[in-house]
Amino acid sequence: MTTDERIVVTSTINGEERQWLSSSRDSLLEALRERLGLTGAKEGCNNGNCGACSVIMNGRLVNSCLVMAAECEGAEITTIEGMAQGEELHPLQTAFLEEAALQCGICTPGFLISSKALLEWKPDPSEEEIRFWLAGNLCRCTGYDKIIRAVEKAAEEMRS
Amino acid sequence: MQAVKYARATSVDEAVQMLRDGGDVARVLAGGTDVIVLARERRRDIDLFVDVKHIPDLIGVSFTAGQGLSIGAATPLYDVYNHADVKAHYAALVEASHVIGGTAIQGRASLGGNLANSSPAADGIPAMIALGGVAHLAGPNGKRDVSIAEFCTAPGRNVLETGEFIVSLSFPDPAANSGSAWERFIPRNEMDIAVANAGVYIALDGDTVTDARISIGAVAPTPLNVTAAADALIGKPLTDDTIEAAAAAARDAARPISDMRGSEQQRKHLTGVLVTRMIRKAVARARGEE
Repeated sequence: MTTDERIVVTSTINGEERQWLSSSRDSLLEALRERLGLTGAKEGCNNGNCGACSVIMNGRLVNSCLVMAAECEGAEITTIEGMAQGEELHPLQTAFLEEAALQCGICTPGFLISSKALLEWKPDPSEEEIRFWLAGNLCRCTGYDKIIRAVEKAAEEMRS
Repeated sequence: MQAVKYARATSVDEAVQMLRDGGDVARVLAGGTDVIVLARERRRDIDLFVDVKHIPDLIGVSFTAGQGLSIGAATPLYDVYNHADVKAHYAALVEASHVIGGTAIQGRASLGGNLANSSPAADGIPAMIALGGVAHLAGPNGKRDVSIAEFCTAPGRNVLETGEFIVSLSFPDPAANSGSAWERFIPRNEMDIAVANAGVYIALDGDTVTDARISIGAVAPTPLNVTAAADALIGKPLTDDTIEAAAAAARDAARPISDMRGSEQQRKHLTGVLVTRMIRKAVARARGEE
């Protein structure tokens, strides 16, 4: 009979070193939400299809439901909580609000993090590149067009 | 998630030891995009993940002209398709690795994982077969090399023995005047599993085909290396007739099932269409036309 192990994990999360007690069976998503109180990343499908749990880990966009917490020892992680600087929203967040690129909002943290990674890869993506990049993030409310427009607007804003 | 332990290996030898000690309920953890789901849904009895991403041999891409390309088995797809040398010389690999899952999957998933998972519909495997790839393995009985064309043995099954894993994948330097291409058919624009796919490598001397490899996927229990299709081209002039002969050989080799994604008849038809298109695309690349 296998049991899991209690493990101590140290990572840099949103620029701050965090150390926490986890179970060796925890996913990063579970650790963020249940051990660290960072509930911005959402659990949608829990199998890598919906993108609601997107975070940036060591510079790569990942689904936090498909990362084990134990893998995060020494990692640098950016979550939605690290996107605004204090009260000042990230240009993508402002554009999502202004373009009404959300309705129920559960997919929004994932879209914002994914869009942030996109604009770090390419500051001036075409519409096709935006749609392709965001294909792993599902939204059942907006029909995507408003999200695409918001990303285009934020990209333009960030380039100027 | 079932109770599972985690261990981080920092060398190939250490990973071999950890997997030997862990027995048949120990599994390699690379990108985790398949194996974490398997563990969570309890479709496999797994009680130890051996993380191999901190072993230098398993991470990274390197290309040497005249020798070829080496890709650490656990290198994320994102780092494969963004690599300048891969983009310059291995177009089929870029095309396949760019459509496996979405961007967040590609930040973790690897070509080694795609191969080890051995899905009949794997997108990466036909591209790797077309490019003449070899898998370099390590395990309790030492190291060995296996042609990627001979790696998969049945759906989800392959030549890996208990405790054995893929260290790296290597591909020969493509000949001058050669090109490769890969494409799949899916009913959506992205984020789907192939109804059929095909990878092609072709080398030319003028209008004569000097070398070719043609691989098809999602149309048999394993991805197929269709030597009859390559033989229909090699040593022959490139004409509509020889291209059609190669496509016909691929259609004949396909032995698909009918399922929710497509019928047997549709998949056979698609195999011919994709092989024809990929031959033409690889030829255009060999000629520097795109």
